[in-house]
Amino acid sequence: MSTAPLVLGIESSCDETGVGIVRGETLLAHEVASSMDQHARFGGVVPEIASRAHLEAMLPTLRRACDTAGVRPGDVDAIAVTSGPGLAGALLVGLSAAKALAYALDKPLYGLNHLVAHVAVDILDHGPLPEPTMALLVSGGHTNLLLVRDITSDVVSLGETIDDAAGEAYDKVARILGLPYPGGPSVDAAAAGGDPRAIAFPRGLTSGRDLERHRWDFSFSGLKTSVARWVEARRAQGLEVPVADVAASFAEAVADVLVRKAIDACRAHGVTDLQVGGGVAANSRLRALAQERCDEAGIGLRVPRLGLCTDNGAMVAALGAQLVARGRPPSSLSIGGDSSLPVQHVTM
Amino acid sequence: MDTSTSAVTAAVHDGSAVLARRGVLDVRAHAELLTPLVRDVLAEAGAAPSDVTHVVGGRGPGPFTGLRVGLVTAETFAFAVGATSGGWGSLDAMAHGLWLTGDAPGRFVVATDARRKEVYWAVFAAGPGGVVREAGPGVERPADLPADVRELPCAGRGPGLYPGMFGPAVGPLDVDAGALADAAARHLSAGGALPPPRPDYLRRPDAVPQAAVKSVTAADGRRGRR
Ligand SMILES: [Zn+2]
Repeated sequence: MSTAPLVLGIESSCDETGVGIVRGETLLAHEVASSMDQHARFGGVVPEIASRAHLEAMLPTLRRACDTAGVRPGDVDAIAVTSGPGLAGALLVGLSAAKALAYALDKPLYGLNHLVAHVAVDILDHGPLPEPTMALLVSGGHTNLLLVRDITSDVVSLGETIDDAAGEAYDKVARILGLPYPGGPSVDAAAAGGDPRAIAFPRGLTSGRDLERHRWDFSFSGLKTSVARWVEARRAQGLEVPVADVAASFAEAVADVLVRKAIDACRAHGVTDLQVGGGVAANSRLRALAQERCDEAGIGLRVPRLGLCTDNGAMVAALGAQLVARGRPPSSLSIGGDSSLPVQHVTM
Repeated sequence: MDTSTSAVTAAVHDGSAVLARRGVLDVRAHAELLTPLVRDVLAEAGAAPSDVTHVVGGRGPGPFTGLRVGLVTAETFAFAVGATSGGWGSLDAMAHGLWLTGDAPGRFVVATDARRKEVYWAVFAAGPGGVVREAGPGVERPADLPADVRELPCAGRGPGLYPGMFGPAVGPLDVDAGALADAAARHLSAGGALPPPRPDYLRRPDAVPQAAVKSVTAADGRRGRR
């Protein structure tokens, strides 16, 4: 184990400043500073506020990670960093820090894909990733269905959202229901006592021509509008809004579509392992439904622990360690950030 | 190192003189260029990263995204090699650069591009021992600056961007990290400590707090009419 690569990973693509340290498949440090509270009154992440927070948090987070892991910066074998996709200005803070470390310490730099890192993080919880694996990533920023044949070199995007990310839909529904930001946890909590079958909200892109054209794509815009219309109609009639039932029915619609398409993709590609990751994987209904339907279909389900589902540096370090272990070439010190880096580019 | 103006710039100073300095004019590639520039100046100076004892980043004011690249690079580089990191005002560095030429007017203004029709500015007095900042740093439309400031000789890109709004153009257009390092080195050898490498943004982030939820059906009505 001691010969496995020691990798430091840096993440700054959205509103979390993360630094993680792993040795091979073992997590040594996982430090995150979040600016989420500063965005709450704006109802979504404000890029300039996030970037300022990254600059303030970068060095303290880096120090904490080194202290927790009990390593000096010079001990690491490689520096890994998210170089895309993400908020352009935010990405550059982490990328610049990573380059400075890599150059000053004379270590290889790996600029890598944030989405693929979300998949790699599960290695820290559940060991080597079965390949191929189907990965469903769901968060405030992404909704992606990925076919992972080799986590270091062969990742294919099968589908993604054509409008809002699932997490955005949660934020908007939270606003409609008067629940706090971010919507994921607050809608989840509100749904706890509700009836998921109370209201039949639409399942986007699941029938007819939509299904043909967008078999593995997602759409949550219509669902969000449908929830808003339903709630407005109730209020217009002077009736009380059954928040728990609305939240549960909405969460059911989201989870149903996500899981249905993920299982369909597994079957179509002969893949027997599904991983669910990203911040919305914390959602209890999504986890339960995925487990239920994976069991029925004979598909193995992996979901990383909650703290590793949201954005963090450990996921970046975890992917970096795989890249080092498989002898993939490092990145140049001249790379830039790519806010729309396609998922088939695992590294830059 | 400094990334607050149109130049991405790095230099190495040994406490008495600049050993190497580089600058590239590119307002869109700070993150791409800076670390390779640091590598190049250290190589030219015949120094290794571990030889560095102090790292100084330009604190701006300057366009935010670029500014952060220089500061986080300075701070992280210093952490990696166990050096001390600090910040130095970027307009002060430009004023010091002008003073080093020996041609500095007794009183002058430095005005750099703040975009949105504004400039970042500060007023300096030059004496035998160096420059002293008398006013600023601030961010203003050139027309809103006090008349006596606008008549002063002006360094930076202000006069080029806003012809007729400033006195005669003098001195550097952008920051030179050599001047920044020299100002910091003089301050250190006089027994001073470097201020922390925190940015001088001078502006709050653009962000509007969330309004009440808009009616979805009303929004659909607007769409329908269009
Ligand atoms: Zn993410």
